[in-house]
Amino acid sequence: MASLQKSFPIVARDFVHAGEASIHVQSILKAMRMDPALIRRIAICCYEGEMNAVIHGGNGQILLAIEADQLNLAINDDGPGIEDIERAMQPGYSTASEEAREMGFGAGMGLTNMKNNADAIHIDSAPGQGTRVTMRFALPSPAEGP
Amino acid sequence: MKVREMMERFGLTAATGGKGLDREVKGGYCGDLLSEVMASAPQGCVWLTVQGHQNIVAVAVLREMAAVILTGNRRPDEETLRKADQEGIPILIWPQSAYDLAGRLYESGVGKPAAG
Ligand SMILES: Nc1ncnc2c1ncn2[C@@H]1O[C@H](COP(=O)(O)OP(=O)(O)OP(=O)(O)O)[C@@H](O)[C@H]1O
Ligand SMILES: [Mg+2]
Repeated sequence: MASLQKSFPIVARDFVHAGEASIHVQSILKAMRMDPALIRRIAICCYEGEMNAVIHGGNGQILLAIEADQLNLAINDDGPGIEDIERAMQPGYSTASEEAREMGFGAGMGLTNMKNNADAIHIDSAPGQGTRVTMRFALPSPAEGP
Repeated sequence: MKVREMMERFGLTAATGGKGLDREVKGGYCGDLLSEVMASAPQGCVWLTVQGHQNIVAVAVLREMAAVILTGNRRPDEETLRKADQEGIPILIWPQSAYDLAGRLYESGVGKPAAG
């Protein structure tokens, strides 16, 4: 697969444009004719990361990097950071505001969805230090590809 | 079944313009928690929900849904309709409960495993 690097901005609490970056990423992967099942996994991870930055985090960006055998997705924001990452990863744990919950966010499932759909996930965050979520997806080699 | 056939058969009305009505309905899903829908909604499904705000459109696009059906006679926000028209996702209105419509859709074969 051809190598590619792209970045998409995220604006905190901007619910009007939230999700558009993930749709953009999805359309790029579709244009590359990546395996549909793999695109769906990446789309879930991208969306959950984007929404977490919008809802809980700060301004930031999504970095998409495609190499021969792997795709890396980094979602960085300069928001308040996460105090206890292990607890944040627990299914059902959420600090979402009442406003976000009324919109159907705050099930505490986003990070779990990311963990279940990425081949590897790493979260680097601390109070006052922002949040960087990095996810890796293995790409099939051309010989065994569809 | 295409979205437009489903609309005629069950008396659903479209809140969006005519885009996306030829999409094939391959299943159904009910849910109001977005990350739960994100995790589990099948590709090509109709999504029955009470959420009418703009962020449902991205979920529908990313999960490659056939249409979103707002149940309980809820109305989508203006911004939702604008985005849905832009992305070609039909937003349909159902006056009664999700349970009622889901039962009828399932009975007609939508998302029902083939017998045998
Ligand atoms: N970018 C971030 N910045 C600060 N806190 C975060 C960030 N991402 C996640 N968190 C914290 O981790 C918690 C769990 O996140 P997760 O995505 O699993 O659930 P949620 O966003 O609360 O609900 P859901 O994703 O189901 O709508 C959040 O409630 C929040 O406290
Ligand atoms: Mg989340």
